[in-house]
Parts: sequence; C-alpha cells; structure tokens
Amino acid sequence: MSDKNSQGPVWEVFTQKKSGQAFQHAGSLHAFDREMALENARDLYTRRDKPFGLWVVPASAIVAVSSEDSEAFFDPSDDKTYRHPTFYDIPEEVKNL
Amino acid sequence: MNNQAALFQYLLQLGDTNLIIGHRLSEMCSRGPMLEEDIALTNFALDHIGQAEVLLHFAGNVENNGRSEDDLSYRRDAEDFMNLKLVEQPNTDFAFVIGRQFLLDVYQCLLYQKLSKSTNDELAGMAARFLKESIYHQRHSAAWIERLGQGTNESLGRMQHALNQLWPYTAEMFVDNPAWANLIESGVVPSATELKKEWYERVSKVLTLSGLNMPKASAEDDSLNQSIYLEQLLAEMQYLPRTYPDAKW
Repeated sequence: MSDKNSQGPVWEVFTQKKSGQAFQHAGSLHAFDREMALENARDLYTRRDKPFGLWVVPASAIVAVSSEDSEAFFDPSDDKTYRHPTFYDIPEEVKNL
Repeated sequence: MNNQAALFQYLLQLGDTNLIIGHRLSEMCSRGPMLEEDIALTNFALDHIGQAEVLLHFAGNVENNGRSEDDLSYRRDAEDFMNLKLVEQPNTDFAFVIGRQFLLDVYQCLLYQKLSKSTNDELAGMAARFLKESIYHQRHSAAWIERLGQGTNESLGRMQHALNQLWPYTAEMFVDNPAWANLIESGVVPSATELKKEWYERVSKVLTLSGLNMPKASAEDDSLNQSIYLEQLLAEMQYLPRTYPDAKW
C-alpha cells in the first residue's frame, strides 16, 4: 500500500446545473471502480448544491494538448476577427448558448 | 403506558440510534482509509446526527416537559438511552465500520419506508426525508461489502469476521417493545417483526453476491442487552456540555 497508486486511479468530475446546460469540470478524485468514483463525486462535489447531472471520467481517458504543442494548436486562431461569432444578434429567448 | 409516553419512548429509540451511530462515524473523521471515503463517512455522520436532531426535538415536544434535543442528547445517562446496541459497537477496523453501517442501512430503509406511511403526519414526513438518505447510505455500504468480500483473502476474512461479531446485535431490531402495542395497532409505527423477512432477504442477497456467508443466529441473541461501549462513548460525547453547562457557541 506504499506505492503512489494506493488511493486508486484519478477520475475527473463534471457537473451539470440544469437540464440542457453544458457539463462543467468540478474537480478530480481517486477511486478504484466506477461505482466508487460516482459515489465519491457525489460526496465531494454535490452536497452543497443539487446538480441535475453528474459525470465521472477516468483521467487516463482524456487526451490533452501538451504545453509545448500549445502554440501550434492555439495561436493561429485568435487574430482573425471574422472567426469570432460576434457579428450575430442572439435572440433573447436563447439562453445558455 | 399511555400513547404519548409510548410515542416519546419510540422516538427516543429512533433518535438515540441515529445519534450514537452518528457519533461513531464522526470518530472516523481523519481516520478513513482514503480522503474520499473519509469525507463520505463524515457526511453520513452528519446525516445521522441531523436525523437525531429532528427526532429528539419531536420527542421533546411529545414529552412536553421542556426538554430540548440538546438536553436529551447531553443530559441523560447511559441507562436512559434506547439506541440499538449494534450502533454502539466500536470502529474495530474498516470492515466493522462498513458491516455495522450496512446492517443498519438495510434496516433503516425498510423502517423508514413503513414509517413514511404512518398515521402520524409529522412522523410520516420525517421518515420520507430520512429514507432518501438511507437509500444512498445503503448503496454505499453495500458496494463496499461487495468490494471487500471479492477483494483479497485478507479483506474477505476481515469482512466475514466483522459480520459474525456484529450479527448477534441485529436480533434486537426485530423485537417489538410491548409498550408500543397501541402505536402499532393504530398504524403510527410499524411492527418491528414485520421487517425481519425482507431485511434477511436483502442482506442475504448482498452477502451471497460478495462471497460472504450469512452468520448463524443464536438463541441467546434475543436477550443480548448488555454492551460495555455506550458509557465510554457518552463520556466523550457529553463531556463538554456536562463540564460547562452554560457554554455557548
């Protein structure tokens, strides 16, 4: 039990406030199986305010851009204003876009 | 015993059981096997203490003698407590904590389900709220029983040992106190003996699935009414209000 994995693998937790809204990253936790991950997420992240939805995802399943690739991935896109959807009016009825 | 006195006693039994298991679980704070489980057990402690607060407050009103939930929690001696002996049993190891919790959770789920149909509206409302918490507790403890049962030989052996040691204290859950006969007849509270069959089936299902044996009941279990642990527990729990009776937050 002395190795660094004695707490189990890491899972990322996502919560959804209301039906239809985007899930947001809430934090992470350790767990040995799916049920334990879901219960730990409930006990760590949902006790204060009642969410609508709850996801747990094994951190190992997430593919991320490394910091050294950051420029090549992200820089080319933020200097062309026509790429930003700021020229449209969004109707008031559309919420949470 | 008149109905008011009987209801007071019944509420004390429910409230005390929750208060004592809440305290036992609070002793696990900072001692859980991992941070996440530590927080889960502490959450359950708060759930049980919250239920105790509501039940003992109601008990104080029924008694109508000016005693608050705090008076009932902190200013009674061990012999006046009516909790199940099961919940006094110490946190010997994690298997004992989980075993004790699971045996209690299944019982409370069944009990609260029946109590939520009580002819006493206040009691029915409380039980319906408590039931949601108990269903979650049972899900959590049953999952751990399964993990420990199907884990290593060490975890299986410890889980079986804990269940065997705790088992004699479960008989008390299904004994109807003669003083509550009127309450049962008028549909205020369910008969405890009625809960036994379904409790046994639910517990047996989880243990079998987990590779654990159902412990054997003994004829002596019904008369088991001594436990050495409550006085020690109360000495710690009641120390502050008893030493400083007028202390305020």
